[in-house]
Amino acid sequence: MSVVTPTGDNELLGQAVAMRKISRLERLLGPDNYRILQGLLKTPASIVGSVLILLFVLIAIGAPVLAPPLNPNDPYTIPRDGFKSQPRPPGTEWRVKPPPLPFWWEAVTGKKQWVHLLGTSQGQYDLYYGIIWGTRTAFRTGIIVVLATVVIGVVVGAVSAYYGGWLDNILMRIVDVLIILPSLMATLILAAVLTPMLGRTTLPAMIALIAFGWMGYARIIRGDILSVKERDYIMAARVIGAQDRRILFRHIIPNAIFPTLVLASLGIGDVVLSFAALSFLGIGTALGYADWGQVLSFARNWMTSLNTYWYIIVYPGITLVLFVMGWNLLGDALRDVLDPRLRGKV
Amino acid sequence: MVTYIVRRLLLVPLLLFGVSILIFGMLQFLDPVERASLYVRGDFKSEAQVDAVINRYCLNCPIYKQYTNWLVGKINPVSGEREGGILFGNFGWSRTTSQPVAQLIARRFPNTLDLTLWAVGPVILVGIWLGVLAAVHHNGIIDQAARVFSIIGTSFPTFVFGLLVLMIFYANLQWFPPGRLTDAYSQVVNSPSFHHYTSLLTIDALLNGRFDVFLDALRHMILPILTLSYISWATFLRVTRGSMLETLRQEYVTTARAKGLPERDVIYKHARPNAMLPVVTLAGFTVVGLMGGVIITETVFNYPGIGAAAAEASAQLDVITVLGFALFNGLILIVSNLVVDVLYGVVDPRVRLS
Repeated sequence: MSVVTPTGDNELLGQAVAMRKISRLERLLGPDNYRILQGLLKTPASIVGSVLILLFVLIAIGAPVLAPPLNPNDPYTIPRDGFKSQPRPPGTEWRVKPPPLPFWWEAVTGKKQWVHLLGTSQGQYDLYYGIIWGTRTAFRTGIIVVLATVVIGVVVGAVSAYYGGWLDNILMRIVDVLIILPSLMATLILAAVLTPMLGRTTLPAMIALIAFGWMGYARIIRGDILSVKERDYIMAARVIGAQDRRILFRHIIPNAIFPTLVLASLGIGDVVLSFAALSFLGIGTALGYADWGQVLSFARNWMTSLNTYWYIIVYPGITLVLFVMGWNLLGDALRDVLDPRLRGKV
Repeated sequence: MVTYIVRRLLLVPLLLFGVSILIFGMLQFLDPVERASLYVRGDFKSEAQVDAVINRYCLNCPIYKQYTNWLVGKINPVSGEREGGILFGNFGWSRTTSQPVAQLIARRFPNTLDLTLWAVGPVILVGIWLGVLAAVHHNGIIDQAARVFSIIGTSFPTFVFGLLVLMIFYANLQWFPPGRLTDAYSQVVNSPSFHHYTSLLTIDALLNGRFDVFLDALRHMILPILTLSYISWATFLRVTRGSMLETLRQEYVTTARAKGLPERDVIYKHARPNAMLPVVTLAGFTVVGLMGGVIITETVFNYPGIGAAAAEASAQLDVITVLGFALFNGLILIVSNLVVDVLYGVVDPRVRLS
C-alpha cells in the first residue's frame, strides 16, 4: 500500500497536523479524551461551574477553620444555642455554650463575641455551622455513592455487553425492573426499610441511592463496550489467545470507560440533591446532623411565617442550588462536547 | 403494528413479576412481627398472640411459600374470607394512619390525580412553546435567556423552589395558600348536599355548580402546579430546542422557504410537527414522572395526596404503608409506560421495526 501524500490545501493541513505539538497530557489520555477535557476547560459555562465547585471544595476542606466545632470528635452535630423553637435572625449573639471562636473573626470584625452569622433555625440550630459542615457531608455522600454506582454499573454493563446472550438479557431485564419505580420513591422505600436496622445515619439513604443509581451507568458502558468490542485490536488480542478476563479488563474497559467516568463524576450534583431530598423528607440522618436537606427541613414548620424567618430557607436553599448548579454547568458543557453532531465546533 | 403491541404486552407480566419480587424482597428486611400487619391490624396485646399470628400466616415459612401467600393471600378457614393477598388489593394495615393501606390510597389518590391532571397541560405546552421560541431565535437573546433558565431550572431542587415560592406568594403576598381547601369550603365539600361524582375535587365542584369551591381549590393548586412544572419546562425546553434546530437544518425546510412560504408556516406547519417526535416520548415520561414528583411537592405544600402520605409514612418508618404505595405506583407506571410505548409506535413507524 502506497503512502498517500496530501496535496494543495491538504498538504498545508497535513503539515499543520504533523507539526502540532502534542502535549504529554494528550498522549496520556488519547486524542478523543483530550478533546473532551479541552472542551470542558474552554466554555464559559463550565468555567463558572468549575469555580463554584472549587469554592465548595475549599469550604469543605476549611470547615474546621471556618466553623470550629464545639466537640472536635463529633464535628457533624450542629451546635444548639438553647432550645427555643423560634428561629433567630442573622447576626444574633451566641448566648448558650458558644463553640470556639474562629481566629479570623476577631481580626475581621474586632469583636470577641461569636454570633450566629446566618441566624438559627427551628430549635436554635446554627445555620452557618450546618451549611459549612453540610458541605463535607455532601461531598462525602456524593463521592461514595458515585464511586459505588460506577463500579457496580461498569461491572454489570461490561459483563452484560461482553458475554451477551442470555446473561445480557437477564441483566438488562433487571435494569428494566429497577428503573420502573421513580427513583425518589424507590430510594425512599429502601431507606425507610433500612433505617430501623442501620439507625439514623447517612448509611440507609446512601445504600438506597447506590441500589437504585447504577442502572444508567450500566446502560451507557454497555453501549460503549458493544462498539469497542468490534474494533480490530480486540480481535488481535483474541487471536493471540488472551483470556476473556484480560481482554475485558485490560483492553475493552480502559478504552470504553472515559465518557462514563466523566459523566459519573458530574453525577455528584444529582446524588447530593437526591440525598438532600431524602433527608428533607425526614429519612436518614439523626436530628441535628449537619446536612443541607435536614437544615432545609427545619423550615417546613414555619411556612406561614417565612416572611419573617426568610433566612431559614434562603441561605441553605441557595447553597444547595449553587452546589447543584456548579455540577450542572459542567455537565452541560460536557454534553455539548460529547454530542457527535457538535463535534469540531467546540 | 400488532406484533409490536403483542411484543410489548408480553413484557408486562415480566415487569410486574420483577416489581413484585423487588417489593417482596424489601419486605424481607422486616421482622415477622412487623410483616404480620400485612394480614391483621398490627396492635398485639401479648407474646402468645404474636406467635399465633406468625404461625397462622406462615411468616417463618420458606420464602416461596411466603411469596405466594403475600401475592394471593390465604382463605381463613373459619370465616371463609380472604386475608392478605396484594393481588386482591389487600395491601395490609397502615400503622400510622390506623386504616387499611388500600383505603388510604383510595382516599388520597383522587387528590393526586386532580393535581397531576391540572399540571400536565402547563408542563407540556409551555415547555414546547419555550423550546420552539428558543430554536427559532437561535443564539439570540431569547435563546440565551432560555438556556440560562434551563440551567437554573434544573439546578433548583423541588423542595427549595417550593419553599421559596411559598415564602413569596403565601407568607409575603398572601395570594396562594398551601393545603387543599380553605376551611369554610371544606365544610361545604363535606356537607351532604355536595355530591362526589368523580371524587376529583375540581371537577366535582363544577358538576355541583359551585364555582367558588372550584376557584378556591384551584387557588390552592397553583403553587404545587408551578413547582411540578418548572423542572419539566427546563427539560422540555432543552429537548424541543435541540430537535427543532435539527429539523430546521433539513432540506425540506430550505425547500419550503425557497418556494416562498411565509416563515410562520415554515416553522409551525413544516418544522414543528416533525420536531415533535422526541418530545412525544418525553411527554410520556413526564406524565409518568409527575407521579414520582408529587412526593416532595405535596409534602412541601401540605397537599393531601398519595405522595405526601408516602413521605409521612416513610418518615415514621411505617414500611408496610410505604410498600403499599410503591406497589400501587409501580402498577400505574407499568401501565402508563405501556401506553406511552404503544402511542409512540403509532406516532413513529420506525419504532415498531426495531
